[in-house]
Amino acid sequence: MQPEEIRQVLLDILARIVPDEDLSTLRDDVAFREQIELDSMDFLDIVMELRKQYRVQIPEEDYPNLATMGGAVTYLVPLMKDVKAPA
Amino acid sequence: MYGKNAYNAMPKKRDSSATGRRSTLRILGTACLATCQSHGEPLLLRFVRRHCPFVVHSPQFQFLQRFSRRPAPGSAARSAFGMSHSVTPRERIVITGVGLTSPIGNSLSEFRESLLAGRSGVVVRETRYIGEVLAGVCNFDELRYQKRKEVRRGTRAGSISVYCANEAIRDSGLNWGEVPKDRVGVYLGITEHGNVETENEIFEISKFNYDTSVWSHHHNPRTVANNPAGEVTLSLGITGPHYTLGAACAAGNIGFIQGMQQLWLGDVDLAIVGGVSESIHTFGIFASFKSQGALATHPEPAKASRPFDKARNGIVVAEGGGICTLERLSDAQRRGAKIYGEIVGYAINSDASDFVLPYAKRQAECMRQALRRAKLSPCDIDILNTHATATEQGDIGECQAVREVFGECSNLAVNNTKSFIGHAMGAAGALELLGNIPGFQDGYAHATINLDDPDPACDCGAPQIVANQARQMGQVNYILNNSFGMLGINSVLIVRRFEP
Repeated sequence: MQPEEIRQVLLDILARIVPDEDLSTLRDDVAFREQIELDSMDFLDIVMELRKQYRVQIPEEDYPNLATMGGAVTYLVPLMKDVKAPA
Repeated sequence: MYGKNAYNAMPKKRDSSATGRRSTLRILGTACLATCQSHGEPLLLRFVRRHCPFVVHSPQFQFLQRFSRRPAPGSAARSAFGMSHSVTPRERIVITGVGLTSPIGNSLSEFRESLLAGRSGVVVRETRYIGEVLAGVCNFDELRYQKRKEVRRGTRAGSISVYCANEAIRDSGLNWGEVPKDRVGVYLGITEHGNVETENEIFEISKFNYDTSVWSHHHNPRTVANNPAGEVTLSLGITGPHYTLGAACAAGNIGFIQGMQQLWLGDVDLAIVGGVSESIHTFGIFASFKSQGALATHPEPAKASRPFDKARNGIVVAEGGGICTLERLSDAQRRGAKIYGEIVGYAINSDASDFVLPYAKRQAECMRQALRRAKLSPCDIDILNTHATATEQGDIGECQAVREVFGECSNLAVNNTKSFIGHAMGAAGALELLGNIPGFQDGYAHATINLDDPDPACDCGAPQIVANQARQMGQVNYILNNSFGMLGINSVLIVRRFEP
């Protein structure tokens, strides 16, 4: 999966987790929590969805890498390089 | 006796005049306590504390002192709300707001209209593993009081509770912004909770070869037993107590009883009470009733729930919620609240006889106890709403109990709400009571539908079951509501037309 495809995957997950938020203006370099209402349980939902949908296991010590969209994409690129993008 | 500790602290050597004075003061103190008990008067309590130290350690004094505490200084909102903290143990308790969702209406007026029109809410529903079942399904607007994220994170029972509680608050006319939230309690009856969420998670991990690492972190907050009541506090910012009352299908009534008792205790000034159920979303309840031979089937869904009818063949499971605001009469009157009725009698008892089979003797005892507490004779009751679920033994047993207590009461109207909506489990008691409450205004006892061929074994004696058509009663003064549940738990509520 390419970085832009991973970004779209994360946006799709966020759309389900925080359906009341406007994600169209989400900035990649600013923490999710500073832009949208996202608490720790929501954050765990991102981890869970990646695990369920793409079998990506993210160790707890790596969670800080998912704080921003940009950081998450960078972190996930090597983990998802062999994963096919959703149709 | 009074003041044991104070007594021990006194000098051992006492002259007879001191003993005589103390004896007089004890009598005076006891008289003051009796007066306080009638009027909840803090001044008198202060007098007792100062002049009659022998009684200050008595349970009566401490009880009254607890209920006579003054509001915290500077508590403007509390004053504006005008609720009293000083109560007598048996202050009158009234229903001042109603919120509900049922398979035939999402407000009291819609629900009542459907009941009087004889409209069923039973439909065919697809259920995991089992396929098509008959169920009472609610169709309320979850997003009226919740964000989509809150609906996703919470439970169906939580959404039902949030909807009903918000509707009840709105209906009560309370200025919610002014209500001290630490003086509000939430007490909701449930038959069960957590089955739906657990089944969903097991189904989910079954798609991952039962890999438990995909088990949701939301499972615990969704399945804790207080979830439905807790979601109400989150929605309304309530910081007083909240919990659910697990009482099988007797739970709806028990929510009311718990709230009433907490108002009596002075623990809260506003009780949000009732019962809720999400049970149609668990396949287990259908499968278990089916295995028990107690799940209704019928080619026409609207005719499936048929208590007291010879052709009945079991229970139709329903979801729903019925939630009310309860207040002390003095508080309700102070703010000029609309009053739906006054709870005047209640009882809860246990069969101690069987896991599932009803026991008419204990049901009759429960009804008698409620009548005694209400200081009524059986024939004072105008409408008796039955618990009957359309099972063979349940219906016959309850009719036997009704016959035993009310057998001579020819004017009593016996009806059944489950014939319209099915069995709403934890919500049943609340919805069935609320469906009858408008009878105080319109004078009708709603019918028992689908009663085409009455089972002779379901004879209630002189009282007649209101069959298929609502009955105009003239004036309705008292409604008695039965709710019984598995493991032999019985609950009865008696509500009176409000008279100041």
